[in-house]
Order: sequence, then structure tokens, then C-alpha cells
Amino acid sequence: MPFKWINAVALPILLFGVIIALWSTISEKIPGFPPPLEVWNELIVVLSDPFYNNGAGDQGIALQLLSSLKRVFGGFALAIAVGVPVGLLIGMSKSAQTAFNPYIQILKPVSPLAWLPLALFVFKDVDMTAIFVIFITSIWPIIINTALGVRSVSEDYLNVAKVLQLTPFERVFQIILPVAVPFIFTGMRLSLGIAWLVIVAAEMLTGGLGIGFWIWDEYNNLNYSHIIIGIILIGVVGYILDTIMGFIADYFDYRKRGRV
Amino acid sequence: MSAKPFLNIDHVDKVFPLGKGKEYVALRDVKLEIRENEIVSIIGHSGCGKSTLLNMIAGLDTITSGVILLEDREINAPGPERAVVFQNHSLLPWLTVYQNIEMAVKKVRDDLNAQEVKEHVMKYIDLVNLDHAKDKYPGEISGGMKQRVGIARALSIEPKVLLMDEPFGALDSLTRANLQDHLMRIQMQTGNTVVIITHDVDEAVLLSDRVIMMTNGPEATIGEILEVNLPRPRKRLELQHNEEYLRCRGAIVEFLYSKFAKHDD
Repeated sequence: MPFKWINAVALPILLFGVIIALWSTISEKIPGFPPPLEVWNELIVVLSDPFYNNGAGDQGIALQLLSSLKRVFGGFALAIAVGVPVGLLIGMSKSAQTAFNPYIQILKPVSPLAWLPLALFVFKDVDMTAIFVIFITSIWPIIINTALGVRSVSEDYLNVAKVLQLTPFERVFQIILPVAVPFIFTGMRLSLGIAWLVIVAAEMLTGGLGIGFWIWDEYNNLNYSHIIIGIILIGVVGYILDTIMGFIADYFDYRKRGRV
Repeated sequence: MSAKPFLNIDHVDKVFPLGKGKEYVALRDVKLEIRENEIVSIIGHSGCGKSTLLNMIAGLDTITSGVILLEDREINAPGPERAVVFQNHSLLPWLTVYQNIEMAVKKVRDDLNAQEVKEHVMKYIDLVNLDHAKDKYPGEISGGMKQRVGIARALSIEPKVLLMDEPFGALDSLTRANLQDHLMRIQMQTGNTVVIITHDVDEAVLLSDRVIMMTNGPEATIGEILEVNLPRPRKRLELQHNEEYLRCRGAIVEFLYSKFAKHDD
């Protein structure tokens, strides 16, 4: 048992050493590529004053991240508000599925960046554009998983509803939603992951405030260690978001509460 | 038999369209009258359409031609006066034992107030001896207990007919015997009319007042009807060598494995 625990700590540390060694080699070969120690020192500086605000272009890292998160949650909330009802409709009605399916299949693979110019043209506003792009790219997993959840309601449960003569309203809230909720949360978790991927790319192009633009700005400032810090922080925030969504999803999943 | 049957299955056909103008006649001219308070079991090989027949009584399957009447009222949709116990219990896994039954009671008995609902639910949990498990989720109790909850839920809405589709088919033989005893005790207490689909010869004889034997499909129909003249309460141990029990058992075995033996599938 203790051996297992040591393994769980030792193995990642071992790999960390390998990564640092590799990184150091790269920074020696490429002039200007920041070595690990330099990035570490910069990281301390960046994190020591995350909330400073020197006007529009120059703000602390926490404010940059918060600004990105605000847009992400705006688009994400919109995607849930539209995606869940549409998914329920598609799952329950064969006709709705037939009607929606071709458009879902065609729009789903469109890159978020392809939407960006159109959204900028329509909204003429950075925030609205970012929110729309997140909405339009993160809505698909919610729709698809919600519909899948509805379709996975077993015939037996629906027969119970028939024998008890539940109204359509009661059927949705007492039978279909309890089954579909775990699927909906899986969709939301995927969707939030996509939203966090999209925001960085969107902000690089739209500019303003936000972690994506921050990285691009530091590239133009030739401040390469900040680019690496940006990458690490995006990863950490993404991981935290996913973990939180995972907890919420488990909480609402009746199968995860010892109930099978 | 009384002049007016309680549940009257009158010249019922069931035809499934196969497309391209073809069709499969599952049941042909099924005619059966079931008395009130009677326990009837329907036995036959798989594919004889016995589950289809039960689903038509439940209203979950449409009737192609003919009519099924319950107290002279035509059946054409599911309804709580015909409760169904499904083979795989079909309890809602996100609700506790209590909540599963409560949900049915609340829907069907909207005349009860909160306290009466509670008493009503507890009465039926008590009937299947599951007081100790009332706050457990279906995933936390055994298959036999789940099926008892299924029976309690079906009985709690006080149906005129209790329809059971191979209710104990998925259970091991010890649990099955236990549930058969439960069912016989409950039926003596409540006096329900019960229709049971089964493929178990002993179960059919033990539980039933009459055993309906179905011929093989396609165009399956009722082959023979056997009266089981055994007094209640019945004790399985005493029946082991009972002449009437053995006669009934023999008649069913003869029907299933000689007259309408099935060699394929």
C-alpha cells in the first residue's frame, strides 16, 4: 500500500524531471527560448500581483483570466439555455430529429475561427462576438448528449408512465429528465472544455482584455516566458473547470450515488 | 362460470405488418373469459404471443381485431385499473422504494391528502414485508426485493386486474418460490384478479385457478384450459405428492412437450 502511494507521487515527479531536462535542452538550442528557471521566476512575479490595473491594455493575470471566464460563461450559459430544450425536442420527436439533424451535422465541424469574422461584422463588438462564437461551437455536445439521454430512457419506464397515465408534462419531469440529466451534464462538461479552447483563439483575433489576447500581446512584446506562463495557466484553469463540472455532474447523476 | 365475465377477451387477433404487403399473424381468434378474483396463468413456448396478449390487455399493444372488455368496458389504452408487473421490475432507479410507490399512488389517488398517501404507501410496503428497505434505492436491494416493490407498486393503485409478465422469470429458484408464496398470500388478502404469463409448469399449477395453454405461433391461440382444483391456501411442500397437483402438472407437460412440442429455437 505505501509503495503504491510513493509511486503515485514519485512517477509524476520523475516525469517532471524529464520534461525540465528536455525543456532546458530546447532553450539552449533556440536562442531566446526561456529556460525553466526564468519562467519560474517570471511566474512568481506575474502571480504576486494578479489584480493590478494600469488601464485598458495592461492588467494583472487574474483580471485577464476573469475577463476570459466571463465570456466563456456567457456563451456557455447561452448554449445550455438553447441546447437543452432543443436536445429534449430532438430526443422526443422523430420529426424534430429529421429536421435538425442535417444542420447539426454540417455546423458541428465548423471551426470557431470561421464564425469569427461573420460575428464581428454582425455584432461589431468584441464581447458579443466572443460570446456568440463560444455559443455556436459549444452548443453541439449539449444538444447531442441531451437527445441521446432522452433516447436512452428505457421502454419499461415509458410503459410505467403509460399505465399510470402520466401527462406529457409529468412524463418529461418525472421520467425523461431524471434519466437524461447525467447525459446533459456530460454534454455540458464537453461543451465547457470546448468553450475554454475557443476563447483563447477568439481573443487572439479580437484583442482587448483576456488571456488569449494577453498571450498574443506578450508575443508582440517578445516576452516569451509569459507565453509559456499563459499556456500553463490556461491548462490549470481548464483542469479546474473540468473538475468542478465533473463534481457537479456526479452530484446530479443518480447512478453515482450508490444507486445503479 | 358467472353469466357476465369480469375480463372478456373476445375473438382477438394480433397481426404485425412486416412491410411489402406481408404480415405476421401472431394470435388468431383468442377467446377467454376471466372471472373476478381469479388467478389465471397463461403458459406456452416462447414466441406463442403470450406476452403480446398480456400487453393487449394492458393496453400497451393494439388489438388488430376483436375486443377486450373489462367489466363491459372496451380496453383501448393503458390505465391504472390494469396494473402491470414487468419482468424486469422497471422501478425508477432515482427514486427510493417508498418514492417509487408514492409516485404511483400520488398520480392515481389524487383524492388522498398527504397523510393518507403516506399511510397508503406504507400499507403496501408492509404487504410485501419491505418496511426495512423503504428508504433504499432499487440499486441497493436484491432482485427478489425489487420485484416485490414492483408488485407493491402495482397493487398500491388498487387495480381491478393485476397483469404479470413473467414476473419471477429473472429470479433464481429459491427467490422465485419465496415470491410465489408472497403473491398467493397477498392475493388471498386483497382478492385481486391476476393474470400471469409464465413458462414454468410448477409455477402455473401452484398459483393458478386455471391454466391457459397456448399453441405455438404463428397464428397461436388457446389450445387447452386446465382447471386446477386445489384448495387454498396452498403449501408447496404438501403438494409434492398431491394427486390433483400431479394430474395438472402432467397435463401441462403433455401439452407443451408432446402435443405442441417445439423443436426449433
